[in-house]
Amino acid sequence: MAHAIETRGLTRRFGMLTAVDSVDLSVPEKCVYGFLGPNGCGKSTTIRMLCGLLRPSAGSATVLGVDSVEQAETLKQKIGYMTQRFSLYEDLTVVENLRFMTEIYQLPRRQRGLVVSRQLERFQLAGRERQLAGTLSGGQRQRLALASVTMHDPELLFLDEPTSAVDPESRREFWDIIFELVDQGATVLVTTHFMDEAERCHHLAILDEGRLVAEGTPSQLRDSIPATVVELETTRSRKVREALASLPAVLDVAQLGSRLHALVNPDVDAPVQYLERALNEVSLPAECRLVMPNLEDVFVMATRSEAR
Amino acid sequence: MFSLSRMAAIARKEFYHLRRDRLTGGMIAGIPIVMTLLFGYAINNDVRNLNAAVVDEANTSGSRMLVSDIGATQVVRFVRHASSVQELERLIAAAKISVGIYIPPDFEQRRVQGRPPFVQVLVDDSDPTVLGAVRGLRNMPVGHANGGVDAIALRPLFNPERRSAVFIVPGLCGVILTLTMVLFTAIAIVRERERGNLELLITTPISGLELMVGKILPYVVIGYIQISLILALGVGLFDVPVRGALTDFYLGAGVFVTSTLTLGLLISTAAKTQFQAFQMTFMSFLPQLLLSGFMFPFEGMPRAAQLLAELFPLTHFLRIVRGIVLRDADLFVMRDDLWPLAVFFVVVMALATLRFRKRLD
Ligand SMILES: Nc1ncnc2c1ncn2[C@@H]1O[C@H](COP(=O)(O)OP(=O)(O)O)[C@@H](O)[C@H]1O
Ligand SMILES: [Mg+2]
Repeated sequence: MAHAIETRGLTRRFGMLTAVDSVDLSVPEKCVYGFLGPNGCGKSTTIRMLCGLLRPSAGSATVLGVDSVEQAETLKQKIGYMTQRFSLYEDLTVVENLRFMTEIYQLPRRQRGLVVSRQLERFQLAGRERQLAGTLSGGQRQRLALASVTMHDPELLFLDEPTSAVDPESRREFWDIIFELVDQGATVLVTTHFMDEAERCHHLAILDEGRLVAEGTPSQLRDSIPATVVELETTRSRKVREALASLPAVLDVAQLGSRLHALVNPDVDAPVQYLERALNEVSLPAECRLVMPNLEDVFVMATRSEAR
Repeated sequence: MFSLSRMAAIARKEFYHLRRDRLTGGMIAGIPIVMTLLFGYAINNDVRNLNAAVVDEANTSGSRMLVSDIGATQVVRFVRHASSVQELERLIAAAKISVGIYIPPDFEQRRVQGRPPFVQVLVDDSDPTVLGAVRGLRNMPVGHANGGVDAIALRPLFNPERRSAVFIVPGLCGVILTLTMVLFTAIAIVRERERGNLELLITTPISGLELMVGKILPYVVIGYIQISLILALGVGLFDVPVRGALTDFYLGAGVFVTSTLTLGLLISTAAKTQFQAFQMTFMSFLPQLLLSGFMFPFEGMPRAAQLLAELFPLTHFLRIVRGIVLRDADLFVMRDDLWPLAVFFVVVMALATLRFRKRLD
């Protein structure tokens, strides 16, 4: 399979801090590739290196078959980068922003008007042509940003936390557009905090403190989690959590609404009984059952502090 | 490859910003108007009724007649008596009077023998307009002097250089442009960096040169609006004579504006915040203001300062603009001050474009 992105030992230091630490990535073509990781783990820095905006301190990246440093300018014709922070002009109208980008990307003069109205339709911005970008809602802004970086039909799209300030309804619509773009042949690399979004990616990479700690399809990641997951239902979740955390065989505990997920060392033979016994001893009875791991469990497992 | 249409896109976008930014729009017209009025009126006011004192040691009918004639001109107004030259000097130093008139005891003998000066006028020329006004007094008919020497000796106390609005206003074009052009361009790029727009722009195929040139074009237009305002005010309110051709004036101004703008670009490649850009602009503006010959006469400065001043665009533009406006020179005559501007443009533009990286680090 051809790869849109391949990195070897990609590293970026800022003074004493290593923001990205020898990352080896292989991003397949024509898929949605998710970057999952806590704030400050190096997602944006990695993307900036892949776009040629930052030079790696060590290692290298091959993006769309060319070196991201040496041929940064060739690359810029073929990629789109939606920055984490809104980077269009707030004091320009929706249409002025879009027109500006068609000119910057040098679309054929006669197509510009057409492309702008196509994007307005597609990103549900029709009717807001004359509105200043700074007065748009979070979801509208994100759609405008995506509209402006997809005008030149890029082969590779970087979306840095595109849905962090967006309501669930708009998030769903946004992801529909992402899949449309992939259907048309684009590769999308997207960073996110949301597990439901991670679930929709074809491939995932989990980053923690600059290091790549897990990679694979969502189901691969769930299947290979080095823990047994026990779900507990209880009314006294805080106490139960404390009790679980003190057990040597419990690697970590995740809270999902009113339920708890205990990640238990796979060497324990009967994890449900083991937990029930331990909780009864401290008079904190809870309903326990074995469940399939979900991505949240994978994430907690991969980024837990003991692992480091 | 340099794309004109990409450059035009940047320039057009810059105009959109300006149209929606009331404050900057106001500054474009406000700075030249306010500064021209302030400088022009402070300096060009017809000076009248200067406070004066007289020491008349001759006390003849002739000397009393002279004193009353001087008073009749209304240039001075006698507000007190003094008893010695030393007292006159003291009064001037204390700003009680601006002009002191001393008539020596041998006033009549000097007149009869034609041995000037007959009278000495002490002038507080720390305000240069006073000196100019008092100069007129020299033409008072007080008798014949031998060999064309002035009958009334003028003694400027502090600053022998004389200036006036006619001299100031053309120079003001250069000073205001130096401040506003550099500031506007520096801010315009740093603002994009601060607001995060640059991260998007440098991920597109736009080149550094397209961005730079596109950014400065709108400000060249603004520069023209500003000098036109200043010149119109100078001519309308202060009777500044425009002796040379307007086309030469505007051409010269265009060369100057383009070259001084590049300084703003260079600053924008170094400044991280708009505040830093402000500071750097003033750092570059002050030496130009002080050494270019606007504040102090160029000839009077130490050699080292003169050499430094030759590097500044403002120094050359002041010579060009004064030459054209006041002495009816044309651009060809001023060519020795044109090519340094062109060199400045090429060097600083190259530096700015080289320094501007399409990268964040
Ligand atoms: N230009 C920079 N200078 C210094 N430190 C930086 C810079 N950019 C990012 N960092 C640091 O690098 C780390 C990774 O940042 P970033 O890539 O933005 O994380 P993420 O996007 O995953 O939240 C953070 O600790 C951040 O403070
Ligand atoms: Mg980030």
